Amino acid sequence: MSAESTTIVKRMTSGRSAGPAKVGVWGPPVLVFAGVIALWYAISASLGQRSFILPPPNQVLGVFLRDSTREEIFAGLGVTLQTTLFGLLLAAVIGIVWAIAMSQAKWIERSTYPYAVVLQSIPILAITPLIAFWIDDGFYARSVVCLLIALFPMVSNTYFGLQSVDRSHRELFGLQNASRWIVLTKLQLPAASPAIFAGLRISAGLSVVGAVVGDFFFQQGVIGIGALIRRYQARLQTDELFASVLLASLLGVVVFLVFGLIARLAVGRWYDFG
Amino acid sequence: MAQTNPSPTPVATGEPLLDFENVEMTFPNGTVALHSVDLKVRRGEFVTVVGPSGCGKSTLLRIASGLERASDGTATLDTDRIGYVFQDATLLPWRNVMANVELLAELQWDTMAVRRKKAQEAIDLVGLSGFEKHLPKQLSGGMRMRTSLARSLTLDPELFLFDEPFGALDEITRERLNDELIKLFAEKRFGGLFITHSVSEAVYLSTRVIVMSGRPGTIVDEFEVPFDMPRDPEIRFTGEFAELVGKVSHALRGAHS
Repeated sequence: MSAESTTIVKRMTSGRSAGPAKVGVWGPPVLVFAGVIALWYAISASLGQRSFILPPPNQVLGVFLRDSTREEIFAGLGVTLQTTLFGLLLAAVIGIVWAIAMSQAKWIERSTYPYAVVLQSIPILAITPLIAFWIDDGFYARSVVCLLIALFPMVSNTYFGLQSVDRSHRELFGLQNASRWIVLTKLQLPAASPAIFAGLRISAGLSVVGAVVGDFFFQQGVIGIGALIRRYQARLQTDELFASVLLASLLGVVVFLVFGLIARLAVGRWYDFG
Repeated sequence: MAQTNPSPTPVATGEPLLDFENVEMTFPNGTVALHSVDLKVRRGEFVTVVGPSGCGKSTLLRIASGLERASDGTATLDTDRIGYVFQDATLLPWRNVMANVELLAELQWDTMAVRRKKAQEAIDLVGLSGFEKHLPKQLSGGMRMRTSLARSLTLDPELFLFDEPFGALDEITRERLNDELIKLFAEKRFGGLFITHSVSEAVYLSTRVIVMSGRPGTIVDEFEVPFDMPRDPEIRFTGEFAELVGKVSHALRGAHS
């Protein structure tokens, strides 16, 4: 009696809990989304003649139906994405090399790490006009903005990842007289890789911010979405303004998600990101 | 392997593989971890050190392996083939069982074919065949320890050092691993130095039990273990075994006070 009845009971409970569990996960955010859209419509409608300061959602989405505007916005988005990725690449390479140098020699850590922290506290908006003075090419200038804003998480995450190696693991390599290079490549870097990928994800998000900020200051040449936002704002093209702000935000979210996915694919096999 | 038909009772032979003479260890903060320690381990001998926590028994092993230098006295090693089994398995979590076992051979610059062969033999020896592709996180504590053991075996050590390797395992797993270790010892006839705080484990595993006291760490007593190698697991339930465990425990209690 008991064996059979427990199976049935189990099946019933699991059958019942599967539905509410999914609703539990997706329900609240979907409700909030619907609420925000409804509120948006309501405010927009209540503004009457002045609804141009908050055009209703359908009008904003309508922007993407107009070929010329859509192409303009997506081209800008493409430029911003290129800047983001190139700046991120610079930050990753420089950050990892810097962190490795610090892990190899205490004096490098002592003499340079404070400046990494200083870098972190520089107001990026204040320094960007300077970069415009120094670098003529718009693309490289914007990438340097990304580099400055995205470098610190790469340096600090990589460095602390490299230093986090267990003592017993170090001793295991030490007992075999492993060289520094072997310890670095076969122990420290693999051990640090989850931290490096976590840093890469944070830096990717910051790099998007850097690219958009850079767009604001560097209007020459092919222009990114930040420059478009500024132009639409100046011309009071609020539909286009809202559409490009939405898209820029979406870029940030997508980049963050993609780099989270890359981290999982790279080290999720053995490392639990939780 | 070379000795498929080992002599039933390995006997201590030749010059000591490990020779401690009057070894002293004082840490920079003034703690005397070891005082006047004399200890020899020969091939075919399995020496176990028991003692209260903090009595310096781990320091003893660290000096033997070369991880630390004695502050006085001489610690002589007569081999460079040393296996060291840590308190925890110290596996690299990103490597599977095969790659973990291959590690030491890899650090010795063995070719791919050689290290694969050594690793496979060691894996088979510790009973992990079929788990080569598993990651450490997919293994139980006992299997992780076996992997760690296999990794050391690839060096074909003459001197095998163990730092409380089974302390974190449950009783049944621990006893099973003790039996396998004894089998390995009977087959390979290495010299063993094993740290533990379990008296029955010490008596069961070894040919000689050394009792240490703490602060400063000194050797206070020594017992020869007369039972045949490889050990019959049933020996644990005999009166002789219980008697020897009692004696060692008694000496240990004296060391505590």
